[in-house]
Amino acid sequence: ECVVPFLTRPKVPVLQLDSGNYLFSTSAICRYFFLLSGWEQDDLTNQWLEWEATELQPALSAALYYLVVQGKKGEDVLGPIRRALTYIDHNLSRRSCPFLAGETESLADIVLWGALYPLLQDPAYLPEELGALHSWFQTLSSQEPCQRAAEMVLKQQGVLALRPYLQKQPHPSSFEGGAVSNEPEEEELATLSEEEIAMAVSAWEQGLGSIPPLRPQQNPVLPVAGERNVLITSALPYVNNVPHLGNIIGCVLSADVFARYSRLRQWNTLYLCGTDEYGTATETKAMEEGLTPQEICDKYHAIHANIYRWFNISFDIFGRTTTPQQTKITQDIFQRLLTRGFVFQDTMEQLRCEHCARFLADRFVEGVCPFCGYEEARGDQCDKCGKLINAIELKKPQCKVCRSCPVVKSSQHLFLDLPKLEKRLEEWLGKTLPGSDWTPNARFIIRSWLRDGLKPRCITRDLKWGTPVPLEGFEDKVFYVWFDATIGYVSITANYTDQWERWWKNPEQVNLYQFMAKDNVPFHGLVFPCSALGAEDNYTLVSHLIATEYLNYEDGKFSKSRGVGVFGDMAQDTGIPADIWRFYLLSIRPEGQDSAFSWTDMLLKNNSELLNNLGNFINRAGMFVSKFFGGCVPEMVLTSDDQRLLAHVTLELQHYHQLLEKVRIREALRSILTISRHGNQYIQVNEPWKRIKGSEADRQRAGTVTGLAVNIAALLSVMLQPYMPTVSATIQAQLQLPAPACSVLLTSFPCTLPAGHQIGTVSPLFQKLENDQIESLRQRFGGGQAKAPPTPVVVEATATAGPQQIQVLMDEVTKQGNIVRELKAQKADKNQVAAEVAKLLDLKKQLALAEGKPLETPKGKKKK
Amino acid sequence: MAAAAELKLLEKSLGLSKGNKYSAQGERQIPVLQTNNGPSLTGLTTIAAHLVKQANKEYLLGSTAEEKAIVQQWLEYRVTRVDGHSSKDDVRTLLKDLNSYLEDKVYLTGYNFTLADILLYYGLHRFVVDLTVQEKEKYLNVSRWFCHIQHHPGIRQHLSAVVFIKNRLYTNSH
Repeated sequence: ECVVPFLTRPKVPVLQLDSGNYLFSTSAICRYFFLLSGWEQDDLTNQWLEWEATELQPALSAALYYLVVQGKKGEDVLGPIRRALTYIDHNLSRRSCPFLAGETESLADIVLWGALYPLLQDPAYLPEELGALHSWFQTLSSQEPCQRAAEMVLKQQGVLALRPYLQKQPHPSSFEGGAVSNEPEEEELATLSEEEIAMAVSAWEQGLGSIPPLRPQQNPVLPVAGERNVLITSALPYVNNVPHLGNIIGCVLSADVFARYSRLRQWNTLYLCGTDEYGTATETKAMEEGLTPQEICDKYHAIHANIYRWFNISFDIFGRTTTPQQTKITQDIFQRLLTRGFVFQDTMEQLRCEHCARFLADRFVEGVCPFCGYEEARGDQCDKCGKLINAIELKKPQCKVCRSCPVVKSSQHLFLDLPKLEKRLEEWLGKTLPGSDWTPNARFIIRSWLRDGLKPRCITRDLKWGTPVPLEGFEDKVFYVWFDATIGYVSITANYTDQWERWWKNPEQVNLYQFMAKDNVPFHGLVFPCSALGAEDNYTLVSHLIATEYLNYEDGKFSKSRGVGVFGDMAQDTGIPADIWRFYLLSIRPEGQDSAFSWTDMLLKNNSELLNNLGNFINRAGMFVSKFFGGCVPEMVLTSDDQRLLAHVTLELQHYHQLLEKVRIREALRSILTISRHGNQYIQVNEPWKRIKGSEADRQRAGTVTGLAVNIAALLSVMLQPYMPTVSATIQAQLQLPAPACSVLLTSFPCTLPAGHQIGTVSPLFQKLENDQIESLRQRFGGGQAKAPPTPVVVEATATAGPQQIQVLMDEVTKQGNIVRELKAQKADKNQVAAEVAKLLDLKKQLALAEGKPLETPKGKKKK
Repeated sequence: MAAAAELKLLEKSLGLSKGNKYSAQGERQIPVLQTNNGPSLTGLTTIAAHLVKQANKEYLLGSTAEEKAIVQQWLEYRVTRVDGHSSKDDVRTLLKDLNSYLEDKVYLTGYNFTLADILLYYGLHRFVVDLTVQEKEKYLNVSRWFCHIQHHPGIRQHLSAVVFIKNRLYTNSH
């Protein structure tokens, strides 16, 4: 345990010298070897080694500790070390030297490479945008002595070889305090240059005149040459379910913020989305609800549209994929791929139920697991042993619909030859990725797919509900959803305007931003680009792929079947306004890492940030104008303190722009709150409510402070518009903000409410959320109860069961099935599992009894 | 003691007459020296080594490869372990380790006075002034070394002289 006799904490590596002395840090040891070989110490090397010891090591040990000991991934690991990596990168690129201390490698390179190698050998932790760091690291890593050293130390276990050592180190909590320094904004604010202040003052003085006229509304919106044309898509939600909050923040809401921001910048913007309606899942749902697939789609499309309307999502188009345009465009892309030799035929063996006269999708088959003998293995995976199963390998397979035994039939299918397209894809990525705003997780996912090599993908399915395949012998088949779902964006645009090709076949003029959760990255970043590149039709491909991580609910996952979590349609029943939901969801947007929805946190954020900070500032600013100055903005005579405040606000505004241009939505929201904090402080320090009762000079000062504050409130109302559109409009109505200033956001801060401007009636913007209110909501939505839900209601079934009862039973079966699966996944107690399985079998029996005739439309509402 | 003030002390003890200007960087107030003929230097030990060379007293950085490496080892120890660790427990561990290291040594490198002694003395001063008589006796080797360095000509300057009692009071603790 104790390596160096005089050091309490275990420390490796250590070098014991012949004299009996110890060197107990890597850099001292390396330095010693270099000194032995005749090297002379120099300032630059000393500086790098001191930086390594004081800055890099603490960050690096934190990152490695999170990765190796705590098993964290992604941004959790990269976060603490990003600043240090960027520092190295900047130094390398600024000096344009290949090595840290010049043209040849030196002690500094060896020490830093050795420190970083365990982490950076995983490309996930070597950010692509740090080009200079990248090539420096590659150069060193490819050298033979370095390779041998890495081999010897890490013993091919990668970073895990460090585990025994890291486990003995203290938790790097002391670092987290220092990690807050990734917010250097506040510090920078303290050091304003005279120039910055002068610029802020001159922008302020330009006033309303500096705001350009609004660009005219077009219908339809089409790209304009010479303008910035922004096409924004949000992942198409599956039609067969009600979206939960995670779905909403992951795509539509994030994309909405960006679309609204883009319009505030006067960029030519088109934002589209729609429901993804084809596929097995829809057919299943239709059967469950006793409707036709088309009816299901109509019903759920309306539900989706209503939810997004309530959340105030500013779609230009909210379409759907079951349209003739979808068929036309999908078939056209397919034909082009076919004639260019990127599609081939092959046979696949599949299970077919003769009784139902159809091939069975994986989720329609159940049987005995070929690996562990578990009786209720699904067609794709065994819930007991977790192994992936090929449906035809199931023993005693059963059709889940009619319970008869399916037979293995071979069936012809079409495959997209991705390996043939791989090279084009890589070329395109090579041009697109550098300098773009693809999120790190998207880059990582694409890279790992490419690393494993692309494989041919089957693009047809034996289904009815889908886009027909226009090829002889394939009349009974449709395209697999993942081939044609992403084409949905194109067809939805085509339903909006017959000039859709100006958006979709115009890569030179169009900037395509696609928003999604990370599970959708392969289809958008890989499959669709391959199809489009293979079609050779000049398609617009994604320029910025923005993928979020996952949002959890309290301590677990959202689960429709267990009734846990808040779903889109329920949010409106909580009595909490849509804008508050938007604000909270955006403030916890899973940007860079998973995050969790928490009722307590929502209450806290509403009461502290919205009510006490933002709402309080805007309300006070407006109230002072009404109460002290008769609703008329007073004269402002700026002192040097006021000018500094202008410059602070301007800096924060510019920061907001920088972040939103990079689609860092959650971080940009912080800038808004920072400005209102500055505003609150400003009012607090200057006390206009006291000065208004004082001398002439005091009264004038009160006027200046009030006028400046109310102008900051006006600026905030515009900055807030992408996040809280209704609140933004309310503030602007209260302040009677002149029209052009409402819808344009400049990068500077002009005075938009000049002296003499009459404001309207001011009233509070936010309401306090109370503890009991939140507590009752938490209980209603089942947060925190990870235990099994109450035992299902047993419904008496008779031979003449109505469709409603059958529906109830089906729901119960699904629900119970999930309970069983859940328990098994948790490796719960055997007796408990057996009891739940017995319940499930009993329910299934009842269902079988009840189902004597074909299903009809259930009249009652589905039971929750 | 702020890093810039410490570097001023060092300049004087090295006999450098013309003072340099230092600025501080970041929340940890890392010193930065703008040199006349090159890029700026950042970091306490980096600048200190630079000053030693400026004063033509290279011997303070060690004479053999081994000694040079040991000097740098203790300079690194100074900025990583002594700075920033101010909890009582940390200080105790630090003094305990040093006490055990110095058991058979006059100076940090053994027999030669170096930059490592100067900077470790400056770094430890704020802790040692607060030690009780009993603690000073407990970390006897540290006390002996510290007392020795503070009497080295030109090092202590305006820093308060710490009093050490020559005869032992707490013999039981040994």
